[in-house]
Amino acid sequence: MARTVTAMHSIEKPAGSEPAIQVTGLVKTYGHVRAVDGVSFQVTPGTVFGLLGPNGAGKTTTVRVLTTLQSPDAGDIRVAGVDAVADAAQLRERIGLAGQYAAVDDMLTGEENLVMVGRLYGMSRKQAKARAGELLTRFELTEAAGRVVKKYSGGMRRRLDLAAALVARPPVLFLDEPTTGLDPRSRLDLWEMIEELTGEGTTVLLTTQYLDEADRLADDIAVIDHGKVIASGTPAELKQRVGGERLEVKLEDPAQAPQAIEALAPLSDERAVAEEDGVTVAVARRNGTIVTAVQRLGAAGVGVDDIGLRTPTMDDVFLSLTGKVAEHEQAQQTNDEEVAA
Amino acid sequence: MRRLATDTLITAERNLTRLPRQPDLFTAFTIQPIMFVLLFVYVFGGAIVTPGYDNYKDFLIPGIIVQNIAFGGFITAMGLAEDLNKGLIDRFRSLPMSRAALLAGRTLSDVVTNVTSMTILVITGLIIGFSFDAGVGDIVTGVLLLILFGYAFSWVFAFLGMLVSTPEAANSLGFMLVFPLTFISSAFVPVDSMPEALQVFAEVNPFTVIVDEMRELWVGSPGGSLWQSVAWSVAITAVFAPLAVWRYRKNAER
Repeated sequence: MARTVTAMHSIEKPAGSEPAIQVTGLVKTYGHVRAVDGVSFQVTPGTVFGLLGPNGAGKTTTVRVLTTLQSPDAGDIRVAGVDAVADAAQLRERIGLAGQYAAVDDMLTGEENLVMVGRLYGMSRKQAKARAGELLTRFELTEAAGRVVKKYSGGMRRRLDLAAALVARPPVLFLDEPTTGLDPRSRLDLWEMIEELTGEGTTVLLTTQYLDEADRLADDIAVIDHGKVIASGTPAELKQRVGGERLEVKLEDPAQAPQAIEALAPLSDERAVAEEDGVTVAVARRNGTIVTAVQRLGAAGVGVDDIGLRTPTMDDVFLSLTGKVAEHEQAQQTNDEEVAA
Repeated sequence: MRRLATDTLITAERNLTRLPRQPDLFTAFTIQPIMFVLLFVYVFGGAIVTPGYDNYKDFLIPGIIVQNIAFGGFITAMGLAEDLNKGLIDRFRSLPMSRAALLAGRTLSDVVTNVTSMTILVITGLIIGFSFDAGVGDIVTGVLLLILFGYAFSWVFAFLGMLVSTPEAANSLGFMLVFPLTFISSAFVPVDSMPEALQVFAEVNPFTVIVDEMRELWVGSPGGSLWQSVAWSVAITAVFAPLAVWRYRKNAER
């Protein structure tokens, strides 16, 4: 429990406005495994909250409990002003859920799917049909409306899944790994759609293992690992915790790394470290850093191939927090190795 | 309760919309029964002796309809397994709908498919020479009994479908368990033509009870019991509907 960090920062709000989601001390166990182990966080209305973590960290379980698919073993959960355990039925009227498996019916058409969902929300057939039409237009699925979903591309399925989650105009939307397995173009499309929604005041809780996705979409992030929140804050705050900007220098001759480290010493409190083809060092400020560095390296007779400042990415955040490389990078590396072999 | 009724109808409508788009399923409850009738009548029929009946067709048709109706629930089994498998159950459970409606909608749509295949079988039977020997009242009672018994078996299949993880496994488990039940009964051959051990089983087999009653209702051969047939159907539903609901909850909350 000592490691649990509660995300209470930056969400201090004027009295009277309740958080869209408030989770306190959520615990969910499966047998002996504590899949979620005392998670707490708050989400401000109209913002995107990112739950970030590797596979099996407890993200999906958290979403399942928050959407009433599972009941918690302990903890208080309020979503859209409603208690998730005591008033589960009421809560379901105020949320939308889109999952990583794109839960739409393969054998129905896009329109039939949306109409069915609308009617299950309690709309009349006519209302549901009108709402389906609006959503199909918005998600650029009008042409495919009469086709069975089986024939949709991955991106189209996700859009339809998201549309299904929005049928009842829920104030709070849960997106469980919304872009997993999508091609880059479809990811971008979906990101834009999510941004549009928050622009209209919808609160979004998003789980992802893609750091760039959290970085781009989330106003606040909680990083979870082994069922616990191990860090939280805005993307900028999290990056700051890892350290400021880094100067990366690629050398013409990597053997000159010791001279380069010596030459760069005045630029930083810490010593530069040698890497595969150059050196890298954390620097306190941007302005003039590159010019100074180039001058000093030149004076020391070190040949520079390339030089640049790099803002830490969410990958750096993840690595420093969990001691693990983010999952998709691992996968990438494995692929590279396989190709190399 | 109103919610349950509306949502049951909506999910039943969904299931029925899907059906014609799945040719494999569609033929399973339309073409396949016809094949079985033709196979039994023209291949085995000549070798099966059915004392007390004008011909094997009159003996077979009530029996094969009962068998076919009992298998109607496999659409429920496969559908539920598929929904669980693909995460659609999660979508439904996140909606403010009646959760019981998902199962009720499934079994309700089975009633529609069962009536469809029942009609196909009766028409096939009439074409090849089956004839009713009963009044309208008894024929209608028979139809209602078939619907009730088929409904009971939909719950059996709903339960079986959720014991396994894939639609394919649901299908083969269902066949493995229900096939012997239907064959070691009076559905296809007279029970007293079987070895003694099988006779003992066949006599208490609910399929024998239902088939004998159907024969009494439709072709006027004595030996059936309406109350026993209804009791079996109700009992099967009473046992398997709660089991299915329990298993469904367990699976959905995995």
